[in-house]
Amino acid sequence: MNATLFGLCAAALVGIGLYGLIVNPQPLRKILSFNLIGNGVFLVCAVIARKGAALGMAGDPVPQALLITAIVVAFSASALAVALLLRLFEVSGTTSLDEDSPARTDRDGQPS
Amino acid sequence: MSVVLDLALILVILALALWVMLARETFVAVTSFIAYGLLLTLAWVRLGAVDVAMTEAAIGAGLTGALLIGAAARLRKSGYTLRRAQASLPRRILAMAVSVAVSAVLAACLLWLPEPPSTLVPEVAAAIPVTGVGNPITAVLLAFRAMDTLLEAIVLLFALIGVWSLAPNELWGTRPDVPHHADPQDVLAYVARVLPPIGIVVAVYILWVGADHPGGKFQAATILAAMWLLVMMAGLVKAPPIGRRALRAWLVAGPLVFVAIGVYGAVSAGAFLAYPEAWAKPLIVVIEVALLPSLAITLALLLIGAPRGASTT
Amino acid sequence: MSLFLDAVTVVAVLLGMFFFLAGTVGLLRFPDSLTRLHALTKADNLGLGFVVIGLLPQTHSLLAAAKLVLIWGLVMWASAAVSQLIARSVREESEP
Repeated sequence: MNATLFGLCAAALVGIGLYGLIVNPQPLRKILSFNLIGNGVFLVCAVIARKGAALGMAGDPVPQALLITAIVVAFSASALAVALLLRLFEVSGTTSLDEDSPARTDRDGQPS
Repeated sequence: MSVVLDLALILVILALALWVMLARETFVAVTSFIAYGLLLTLAWVRLGAVDVAMTEAAIGAGLTGALLIGAAARLRKSGYTLRRAQASLPRRILAMAVSVAVSAVLAACLLWLPEPPSTLVPEVAAAIPVTGVGNPITAVLLAFRAMDTLLEAIVLLFALIGVWSLAPNELWGTRPDVPHHADPQDVLAYVARVLPPIGIVVAVYILWVGADHPGGKFQAATILAAMWLLVMMAGLVKAPPIGRRALRAWLVAGPLVFVAIGVYGAVSAGAFLAYPEAWAKPLIVVIEVALLPSLAITLALLLIGAPRGASTT
Repeated sequence: MSLFLDAVTVVAVLLGMFFFLAGTVGLLRFPDSLTRLHALTKADNLGLGFVVIGLLPQTHSLLAAAKLVLIWGLVMWASAAVSQLIARSVREESEP
């Protein structure tokens, strides 16, 4: 019962992250949304692991071990994404990928 | 009663996730993300995944939060405005429709999971005594699915190479830029002198106890990486130049030992990364101890990023 | 005996929650950063302290109790250092 509640929470998190990913033109926000979607998927795996609990173990250890791997790899993906973002900012002076975004200003804050 | 607790936790997690999406200032969004990550740690504990909770607290909330705060601060220091840009109405409606559809499909799949649930616990319980470790997650990570752990260590190295390759050509091989305070009388310098010994002891303890209790090398490596980052950010130590051979040797030492043990297993026990019967526990310990410094250095260097030109502040 | 220990746990954790609530209300309602830092220290010291004191009767080994107290000590120490850093950056930002 509790595991199902967390499963619904995970579905909601994926939805929220997906909304933010599509709507926000700024890459830093997109990285945050990507992390939210990832965490939602991890929560789904943990719910499945919890449902597989038996024989004195609180959860199926195979999905849980894969989750540890997944969290570390998600961090490395975020680190690479942030490095790309900072390089984009250094090269072009803006972080927005959207052509019409009002957030596209240059270093002095003037719209470019 | 526990349902009420879980429901309250879920509501706060969802509220924080919404705040991350809808906050106007990016800095506020990142801070909410860190708080959200810490509450997600509690969700893992409620689901019975204590090892995952420790990893989420260390890497998911801690390192990822530090990474994003560093990025937001670097952008803000360059005078760039960080307010959320409003998207057009058709785009928002489309995004809402897509996200609701995906959430509904995911929720439906979760409500229709097979009963009784398929599980690998009996197989794991039957095979654990051979490995000699008591923590089933450590057994899965380092004995049953050791290939995944090896590939993960290599993926981390690839990510690091990817981050380094973003340095300007003329700066390849130089020191990355770590934001630091150079004052040796500072509070930060004091913390950077007192905390690392405690952190090292805690990290080694977590590594050692991970054989039979929740813990393991990923959490320990994160603590070591955090201690090194603290010392660098306090200005007590300079970041190493990325072209230095000793640094690169330390980085690949862990995965190389892992691969060597895998080859030894192929030669002596019939399959890559198979362990001979009586040698399982010692080999697992050797792999963990060898991977620990490589992981710690890789995680810290991923956070610091590529060398940047002094012209960009 | 265990009833008495459980009562101690409930009372101490409730006291801890009161201080956490006070700290959070202060964080949300105080006018500027320095006063908010002051409110947060109450949550860290007294709030966490009472929660740890409440959890001590529930531990079954001296090692677990020592770990809890060590966690409390580290959190207090780290929050003291971080409060100093935040306060200094607030002062540097406000000085023209």
